[in-house]
This record gives sequence, C-alpha cells and structure tokens, in this order.
Amino acid sequence: MRSSTKKKVDPLSYHLTPKHELLTAEQAFEVLKSLGVTPDQLPWMRASDPVAKAIGARPGDLVKVTRKNPLGGEVVIYRYIISG
Amino acid sequence: MEDKVIKGVGFGILSPDEIRKISVTAIITSEVYDEDGTPIEGGVMDPRLGVIEPGQKCPTCGNQLGQCPGHFGHIELVRPVVHIGFVKHVNDFLSATCRKCGRIKLPEEEIDRYLKIYRAIQSRWQSASKRLVDYVKKTASKATTCPHCGTEQLKIKLEKPITFYEEGKEGLTKLTPSDIRERLERIQDKDVELMGLNPKTSRPELMVLTVLPVPPVTMRPSIMIESGIRAEDDLTHKLVDIIRINERLKESIDAGAPQLIIEDLWDLLQYHISTYFDNEIPGLPPAKHRSGRPLRTLAQRLKGKEGRFRGNLSGKRVDFSARTVISPDPSISIDEVGVPTDVAKILTVPEKVTDWNIEEMRQLVMNGPEKWPGANYIIRPDGRRVDLRYVKDRKALAEGLTPNYIVERHIMNNDVVLFNRQPSLHRISIMAHRARVLPGRTFRLNLLVCPPYNADFDGDEMNLHTPQSEEAVAEAKELMTVHKNILTPRYGGPIMGGTQDYISGAYLMTVKTTLLTKEELSKLLGPVKYSGDVPEPAILSPRPYWTGKQVVSMFLPDNFNFRGPANVSSGTRICKDEDCPHDSFILIKKGKLLTGVFDKKGLGNQQPESVLHWLIKEYPEDYGLWIMDNLFKLFIRFAEIRGLTMTYNDVKIPAEAVSKIAEQSKETRKEIENLIAKFERGELEPIPGRTLEESLENYILDALDKLRNSAGETGSSYLDPFNNAYIMARTGARGSLLNLTQMSAMLGQQSIRGERIKRGYKGRVIPHFKQGDISPEARGFIYSSFSRGLNPIEMFFHAAAGREGLVDTAVRTSQSGYMQRRLINALSDVRLEYDGTVRNISGDLIQTFYGYDGVHPMKSVHGKAIDINRAIERVVGWKR
Ligand SMILES: [Mg+2]
Ligand SMILES: [Zn+2]
Ligand SMILES: [Zn+2]
Ligand SMILES: [Zn+2]
Repeated sequence: MRSSTKKKVDPLSYHLTPKHELLTAEQAFEVLKSLGVTPDQLPWMRASDPVAKAIGARPGDLVKVTRKNPLGGEVVIYRYIISG
Repeated sequence: MEDKVIKGVGFGILSPDEIRKISVTAIITSEVYDEDGTPIEGGVMDPRLGVIEPGQKCPTCGNQLGQCPGHFGHIELVRPVVHIGFVKHVNDFLSATCRKCGRIKLPEEEIDRYLKIYRAIQSRWQSASKRLVDYVKKTASKATTCPHCGTEQLKIKLEKPITFYEEGKEGLTKLTPSDIRERLERIQDKDVELMGLNPKTSRPELMVLTVLPVPPVTMRPSIMIESGIRAEDDLTHKLVDIIRINERLKESIDAGAPQLIIEDLWDLLQYHISTYFDNEIPGLPPAKHRSGRPLRTLAQRLKGKEGRFRGNLSGKRVDFSARTVISPDPSISIDEVGVPTDVAKILTVPEKVTDWNIEEMRQLVMNGPEKWPGANYIIRPDGRRVDLRYVKDRKALAEGLTPNYIVERHIMNNDVVLFNRQPSLHRISIMAHRARVLPGRTFRLNLLVCPPYNADFDGDEMNLHTPQSEEAVAEAKELMTVHKNILTPRYGGPIMGGTQDYISGAYLMTVKTTLLTKEELSKLLGPVKYSGDVPEPAILSPRPYWTGKQVVSMFLPDNFNFRGPANVSSGTRICKDEDCPHDSFILIKKGKLLTGVFDKKGLGNQQPESVLHWLIKEYPEDYGLWIMDNLFKLFIRFAEIRGLTMTYNDVKIPAEAVSKIAEQSKETRKEIENLIAKFERGELEPIPGRTLEESLENYILDALDKLRNSAGETGSSYLDPFNNAYIMARTGARGSLLNLTQMSAMLGQQSIRGERIKRGYKGRVIPHFKQGDISPEARGFIYSSFSRGLNPIEMFFHAAAGREGLVDTAVRTSQSGYMQRRLINALSDVRLEYDGTVRNISGDLIQTFYGYDGVHPMKSVHGKAIDINRAIERVVGWKR
C-alpha cells in the first residue's frame, strides 16, 4: 500500500519552510501579554500540520514562526495550535 | 416610565405555550373571506391580526393603519412536524443520545468532566467550546450500547431533506416526528448544555413544532389589483394550504382512516410547513403559485440580493442625492462637478441663520423653491418645518427670519458634494467635489478625473450626494477631495493624469519643431491661471519664437529634476540618454525641460515613477491641483489650435506595398499547401509531445503569424511616423501599431479560445468551404485590411472572434464582482490599531505590524517606503 512505501520527509529541512519554534508556557504567556490577545485570537495551526508534528506541538501550544518578508527583513508571527 | 437600556439580545426557540401566549386567536378555518368579501374570524386574514386598510381600527389594539404593529395568531397542529431549519440539530441529538433513556452516550464521569471544561471555556473561548461540542457529538454517536442503561443503539439515518430512519437488523424503520419529539423530550438539561444549546431557552423538543405561529397580516398584506380583485400574499397562500391539510388530517384521524392515508397526509403537512419556512430546500420540489411561479416564503424574504438583509438593511436608499448622465467639461477644475440647475433646485443644505448671513438667507427665502439660488424649507427655532412651496407671502417670511432659524437652501457654487460612479470598486470611486451650478441636464466633470471613476461618456450615469452637516463637509473635504487622491492608495502612483488628446497635445506641444510666436503664446496662456514670468524667447531672429518646451517649463517648479525615456522612445526612434537625435529621452534640469517630449510615459494616468508622479508627490497638493487644471488645459488648447484628426491617408499604403503584401500572402499560402500535402503523405515532422494533427496546426499558425507580422512591417514601413494616427499610437494617446497595421496591411488570424476558428458545421465553419478544408481562409484567416475592406466570409469570422471578447468581459465582470463581494465582506471589519497591529472586530490578530513593513501604500513608491534612486536624482540629478 501507499503508506508503507511513503518516503519520510522532514518538513523542517525544506528550504521553503519558515523557522518554527515551540514556545514554553512562560514564553507563550509573555507573548500573549505583549500582544494583548487570548490564544484563540491568534492565527491557528492544526496539530496535524506536518510542521506542528515535526516540532512536537500539541493543542493549546503556541508556535513562533519567523519568516522572510518579501519587502526585506524578518517577520515574526505566532500560531495557536488547535486539535485536528 | 424609567429608561431601559438594552444590555444584549438573546436567541431561543419559542415553546408552544409562548406561541399561544403571544397569539390573539387560534386560526381554525381555511376559509378566508365570506361571500361579501369580509374576512372570516378564525381565518388567516382574521381582523384581530392587525390593520391593513386605511381608516380601519384594530380590534386588538385600537390603533389605525401605521400605528398598529400587527398581532400574531396560531395554528394548533394535529400532528407534530419537524422544523426544517433544525433538521441538522435534531439529527445530532438523535445520533448522540440513547434511544431509550435519552442520555448522551458517554459515561457519566466523562459527561461531567466535559461539562466542567465546557462551562469554563464557553464564554471566553467560543471557538474552543464549539470544537469540544463537536468532539462530544462525534464520540457519542459512535457508541453502540448506552453506558447508562445498556440498551443496544441503532444507527440514525437522515434521508434528506427531512425523513429520519433507524437502521436495525431487519432494515430501516421510519421515525415519525412524534417519535422524535418523545426522544428529544427525554434528554436531560445538562446533556443539552453539553450539546451546545442553552436548555433554558432552547430545549431540543421545541425543534419539533406542535403549534405554528401565524404572522400578523401587516407583514403579508393583500393587495387590490385593477378591477377590484384581491391578490393575497404568498405567505397567506401557504398558510391556507397548511390549515387545509391540517383540517383534512384531523378529519381522517377522527374518522379512523387507515394508517397509510394518515401518514401520507402527515407527510404532506410536513412538506407544506417546510416550504412555508424555506421554498428552496434541496431535494424538495418548490411550492408553486397557480401560475407556475415559485412562492416567495419566509427564507426567500431574507435571502439573496433583494432580500431583507442585502436589499433593505445594507442597501438603504437615501435623500439628498441625484443621478444623471455625465458629460465632459475640460474648462472646469478637476475638483469641481457641474450640477444642472434643475438638480441644484432640489438638493439642499441646511444653513443656520446668523447675524452675518441673514441678508443672504432672506434673499434665498424670497427666491423660493423655483428660482435658483433659493431655498425649499425653513426650520423655525421651535423645530417646525415650513415648506416654501406653499407659502404665499415669502417676503414676509423672509422679513421674519431671525438668527437660529435654519434655511434649507439650494446647492450653490463651491458647496462640497460627494460624487460617485458604480461599481464602487475602490475608495476613489467616491470623491468630494465642489459643486458648480451650470445650465444643461447633465453632470459635468473634468476629463482628468475619469480614470479613478473609470468613467467615459457613452451614456454613463453618476450619483451625487450632499453632506448635511458641518462635520460631514469637513470630513469630505479633508479626506475625499479630488486633489488629495491623485495618488492611488493601491500602489502610490498617480491614478489621474493625461488621457487621449491630453497626451497627443502634450507631445505636439513639446516636440522640437513647435515654435510659437508671441501672439500664439498669448492665445495659449489666455485661459490659463499663470502669473509667473515669460522666459526670453529661444529664437530671437528673424522674429521671437518660443519653443513648446519653454512653455511647458514655465509650469515646472524651479528645483525639479527628472531623467527618463518617453513613450515614443521605441523601435528605431529609441533614446538611451539625452544625447540622442530622436528627442525621446526626457531630461528636466532645474525645472527646465531640455530634451525629450511629454507623452503617456511622462504625463499619462497610472504611470508610476513618471514626471507627473514626482510632480504630484514631491510638491504641495495645491500645486498638483494647479498643474492638473492649467498645464493640461494648455495641451488641449494646443491640440485644438494645431488641429488633430485622422484621415484615410494616414493608413493608406501605396500600390507597391499592397503588391508586396500580396506576394508575401501567396508565398505563405503555398508554404501551407506544402505543409498540408506533406501531412497527407505522412512526411510531416511531428513536434515533440504533439500529435501529427496538432503539429500541423502549429506549423500553420506559425506561418500565418509570420505572414501577418511581415505584412504589418511592410505596411507600416510605408506609413509616415509623423502623421496624426501614427503620432497617437506612438505617444500612447490612442490606438496601437497593431491597430494601424490592421487598418493598412492585414487583419490576420481571427481566433476563438486561442485557436483557429473551427466550430460550426461538420468539418467546416460555414458552408462556403468543403468539409475538412483546413486552409487559412477556411479557418478564419483574413488577408484583407480594414482600409481595403473585408469580404462577407472574412466579416463573419471577424464578428465571431469579436463576440468572444464580449462574452469574456460579461463573464469576467460577474465573476470578479462576486469575488470582490466576498473579499469585502471578509475584510470590512479589519482595521489598523494604535499599536500598529491589524485586527478584526473580535480582536483576532491579523498582522502583528501593518503590512509587516508599516508602510501606507498611498504614501509609498510602488509599495516601497522610499525610492533611493529618485532621492539621489532629486538632489544631484541635473549634475548626472
Ligand atoms: Mg461607459
Ligand atoms: Zn505544492
Ligand atoms: Zn393592532
Ligand atoms: Zn440509555
């Protein structure tokens, strides 16, 4: 079947994947405080997302994503992990 | 009475008792009127349900038409019926709960645990609580035995749209609405809560109707059509149907009719009540009027473009507005709009009478509604409105005017008005203009503001609105004035700018050969607001002459520098820098145009990083307004004086060229014949990845394309590049080289969906060819030019290809309109907060920093915060 022959790919090493970091509870709390948001007001990411799986993010976690901006410089965004 | 403050709005489902409580009467008969046309008590038009005729007095509340809000009645249903809007919820409840004891099919501890979590997060994290409910529903539906009573569970099947079955070992058993209601009644309050509903307001059994509210007649009035026949509202028709079936069902049950007949009637009742709520249910045939027209029932009143929400609530109609055809007026300012006197006499502005304007206001009141400028109403200090149409002695009224009166005076010159053209796709589709009252019946606008509105004058109409308060006027002036919106917020380039004759005029004016005598110069500067000096003439002897470049330079600021190519810099007349004989490289040093011409690239609309762009961006708004009003007027004047027209001779090519093109055509035709012959012999070399037929088609297309190009080149080489038609094409004013070659040399291949035309009869497009003829002329190639004329067959192909363009635009506009609507609805509540973040109304974070660079596109250069090259050019540009 397909699943047995499927090649394992590490999404983190792919050149288009931006940097994802799992935040500790303290870091997450700090971020929420500085942005003045509740977790569900952040953009979401599913726990089943390949990157979320790769960095071991579980529902309720916050992930810091650092990506390159076409206008130059780096942009930091945060994602709230939801189940599914 | 003490003032009450609305704290919130709650939603719930009406219970049968509540329905009976708000009802003024039970509706018991399907009869509506008796013989003499009076409504029957207990029928759907029962007088107690409200007043719909003038002069009547409501038996329930005593009010007359307009005051009586209308009153509900109710129908007692003989058998319950599932509410069509709740079918999904009913399905969820039936699937997730036990068929015997009605508990959620999860162990008690789990229910308690989830409920605890649910209550904790419900108010704070709605989205998370919704996911929890979904999870509970999903897992509970999977259970095969009840953890509470141990009963074996059967699968619930919903057969769309409304029939529920239970799937046992012996097959399907139908669940009647009565069965369903019984099961739903058994569900405990705390289980209802965990299913995501508030048991206090929305018990699940209320989703199965036993009593149906009858809406007041005020929301379904009957109308009198000519000859005094009464036409009832669709809802009334539907209610009559429901009552009739309800009656028949009752009779059948009372008479002990067979179960089958009762079930049929019951289903029919379900159908009528379902379509009463929504007549567009997938899987249910819509209920129809006798004429075959589908009935417009409750959901249809709310849904869609003409529905209550989009049609009446978001789409309100307004006063103080006008609409008429637009026409051009190059002599008014770009921030003016010409308003017909007839319109000005209807649109009004409320103006407070003060010690300073009282004499003016008296004069306006004396002029009255018929004479512009006048006034239509006055509002006295006690708030009473006086309609000046019915005042006999306006003079006395004017004398009686004192401060604190308000005069609703006619629109006058320089009043701020909003001007709009649909579709309002971006914010500059509505701009603030100064009114200019003019004779005539059309709105007049300056041609330079056509691009933001996307307006032309082939019958376009536009709307005009008059702000009614000082605040509104101030806001319009500060934010929406035309000259504050020359740069588009889309990308920061100038959206307004030269079009068509402005471009040709600018070119003709700035071209090297233009020399102006003192008289000509005076004639040009006459209508223009220019008060600076006139420079020394460039030529002194035999008589003084000014160059066009000198005249244009008079309008440029002294510290303005610019380098860049013009539109005419192309082909053989390309200029890489200012040391170039073709004079197509613009060089401006210290506000003097030294080389190059002004054309589309320099002054055109939507041309970023052009002369016009920097003039608008780097100098004050008033300067931008002034240059748009005056310099551009000069170009039009010049074009008028010189004359600019197009003649047949502009596209006529000599006989020599015609025969050259004919020769080329003959060669290509032969070439294609050879290709076809080769193909038939099977010797054709296929293109990799293509079939032989596709390859042949490709070869033919290539050959024909080459023919059209070479014919075009031959043709245009005989045209005078300085004739008017060619000038318009080269400067970008109107038309292209392709248009010129199509007029002078050859039209070329007509195509549909990018292919040679092939649809029509079997094996041929039109019966003038043999079947299977794939020669150029049989598949839409046109050897003729527009000036030579098309033969009927060519004409047909040209029309067929032209049709495709029309169809495409029609389809594209409807599709992009829908896309725009969805985008706007999704983005309408997104805003920039003071902390630089972008959030929506519920506080969801969209961007952590506006655009991730914090740059407002309108203030940017092509999206960038700064253009380094331009910054350098500004400072040292003239030094190189
Ligand atoms: Mg039009
Ligand atoms: Zn992909
Ligand atoms: Zn009433
Ligand atoms: Zn049970």
